[in-house]
Amino acid sequence: MTDQKTQAELVRRSLKVRYRKERRFRAYGILAIGIALSALIVLFADIIGKGYTGFTKTTITMDVEMDGEMMFLDDATDEQQLKMADFVEPLVQAMIKQIPGADEDDRDKVRGLLNPYASNELKNLLKANPDWLGETHTITVLAHTDVDVYVKHAGDAAYSIKLSDEQQRWVDGLLESGVVDTSFNDVFFSSGDSRDPSRAGILGAIVGSLLTMFVTLVLSFPIGVAAAIYLEEFAPQNKFTDFIEVNINNLAAVPSIIFGLLGLAVFINLFGMPRSVPVVGGLVLTLMTLPTIIISSRAAIKSVPPSIREAAEGIGASKMQVVLHHVLPLAMPGMLTGSIIGMAQALGETAPLLLIGMVAFIVDVPEGFLDSATVLPVQVFLWAGSPELAFIERASAAIMVLLAFLISMNALAVWLRKRLELRW
Amino acid sequence: MTNLKTALTSIAVAGSLAAVSSPAFARDTISIVGSSTVYPFATVVAERFGTNTDFNTPKLESTGSGGGMKLFCQGLGTQHPDITNASRRMKASEFDLCVGNGVKDITEFRIGSDGIVVASSKDAENLDITLEQLFLALGKKVPSKDDPSKLVKNPNKTWSDVDASLPNVAIRVMGPPPTSGTRDSFNELALQAGCEDLPAVADMSEGDMESVCQSIREDGVFIEAGENDNLIVQKLIDDDGMYGVFGYSFFEENSDRLQTATLNGMVPTADAIAADEYPVARSLFFYVKKAHVGVIPGIAEYTETFVSPQAMGPNGYLKDVGLIVPPRAALRELQMKAANMPNLTKEELM
Repeated sequence: MTDQKTQAELVRRSLKVRYRKERRFRAYGILAIGIALSALIVLFADIIGKGYTGFTKTTITMDVEMDGEMMFLDDATDEQQLKMADFVEPLVQAMIKQIPGADEDDRDKVRGLLNPYASNELKNLLKANPDWLGETHTITVLAHTDVDVYVKHAGDAAYSIKLSDEQQRWVDGLLESGVVDTSFNDVFFSSGDSRDPSRAGILGAIVGSLLTMFVTLVLSFPIGVAAAIYLEEFAPQNKFTDFIEVNINNLAAVPSIIFGLLGLAVFINLFGMPRSVPVVGGLVLTLMTLPTIIISSRAAIKSVPPSIREAAEGIGASKMQVVLHHVLPLAMPGMLTGSIIGMAQALGETAPLLLIGMVAFIVDVPEGFLDSATVLPVQVFLWAGSPELAFIERASAAIMVLLAFLISMNALAVWLRKRLELRW
Repeated sequence: MTNLKTALTSIAVAGSLAAVSSPAFARDTISIVGSSTVYPFATVVAERFGTNTDFNTPKLESTGSGGGMKLFCQGLGTQHPDITNASRRMKASEFDLCVGNGVKDITEFRIGSDGIVVASSKDAENLDITLEQLFLALGKKVPSKDDPSKLVKNPNKTWSDVDASLPNVAIRVMGPPPTSGTRDSFNELALQAGCEDLPAVADMSEGDMESVCQSIREDGVFIEAGENDNLIVQKLIDDDGMYGVFGYSFFEENSDRLQTATLNGMVPTADAIAADEYPVARSLFFYVKKAHVGVIPGIAEYTETFVSPQAMGPNGYLKDVGLIVPPRAALRELQMKAANMPNLTKEELM
């Protein structure tokens, strides 16, 4: 009796300590999540803070008189003449008219506000509309990158050093009169890389990423699933299969750059495939993703309860039928999730692509699996290493696009799992 | 059937490999590799070339001069690059490698120069220094004052410790990290040149001499500043006792706030660098694989664009991005070269 009493007393006393321990444990958990979350918030805030300006462009809209005399051009349908004509002069003249107090002597400073490739835009317009020659039209061209940076960071002295005081006053005036204006940066989504930040875009990198991912998916999913099924359902349990299993797990932990070296040695040097192409990139990333897919697929197959197999075998299904008709459909959601996560990993990969030449300056948007291409993370890497101020915001904007892709892929994985998964 | 499926898949994969590995890789884009120093110039030319002609924009990989040579010399055929850029001349051994792999006909273009300066804020005491003194200030091991044939850990704390004629200011120098091409050139052209005639290293083998002469001290006197040259400039302006090492083009952009040290009696100017009179100047090159001209469309035209007056002339756009363009006569010569594509010979490289 007394024994029981002291025991109860003991429990009651220890209860407090145990509750306190639990509360402390929970607090640690919350703290851990808090640290992770705040790191994430700082990261996102930094990227978004730097990069949101990358989604706007600065343009100059003005009436341009396309005087044939001035441009050394009397027939806009003549290719040869178009090549030799001067398309800078009409733009400079139109700008001078827009700037009060500027005259012929300031032409170099005025030209410094126009994008170096603005004359190409005018040339293409005239090529498309040869009858515009001699007329005056309102056209919009890109501003110089220095103007772009100045307009976006008005008041910040660190961003205005490239423009003279006079040019800054002009830009302020032009902004007020609406000649210089900012709008959504469609160039960023519709062109390839460029050395001029105003003209640089990520379309080339996005297409390159899609092509590479397509090759990776088409190869790694069937091979991975087939390997997983064989290892899980058919392979005999012996030393050899143990050996294979250990090695697959090892492969999953091999640093990705090793796969790049392998790709360089095998695909490029041995098979003589070209450098910098999505096919080789896809093959290398396939090697990298395969272990992930095999491991997750095997886990999915393992999680199918034995009762299903037994029931199917019980009504006379062959091993083959059991696997194809029952196990595989039930394991599919898990396999898909694993594959999507593997693909998301591959999408963010840069290191192995370094060695097979996909880290390169490529302007043209790739059109096929054998065209030179880069991928999104590589584009971020290249821009982040460029000295021009305006590339910092382009790099951050590209990171946002990459993150959007990754988030939607992972969301798709979660959605698929939620939708297709059966609970036993 | 799963067995069959696996077998089929592997056959399909092997088949697709065989299909793409056949030698019929048509390529209609010029492939350029090589130096990261030439990269910013070459990309500008490539982009202009792509915009203003009907050819595709060339693809550029920044692999470093040595890496570029290796790729370039691997052989003929579309899987190998057509042009390589270099911030130094091709070595005779690299030429042999090329010839051994069938790349016999190469044309060399010396496209301009780049100098490395030792700069400081305009308010700081400027240095007038020989390369030997520079090595004594920055080398990891320097000859001992008591016994010049012996190497000791660098004891010099102020510039006046090195030589009484130099300012009595603590030695603090910011410069590029070892991964940078600028650092390579600085080590080779400035430090090694200032060190190789010292009696302490005179008897050493070439390898030992290089390792002594190209080692910069690691006791906090030399500060590695990453590849961000802007940061160095900012630091120099804030701190009058600090000196910085970077490319001439970068100094030129900030010449209103910075001054440069006189090295071996030469002040770095664009003319002195272009004429190779300034001691720490290097030439930039690119090499064209002649067997690919006419096979890959646009190589001849790209070369012509590169050496055209619009690009490399006194008012060319390459000057805007910081290239020290060659003098007029040299430019004429380059244009002749682009038209005739003469072969590079091993004798020229010896």
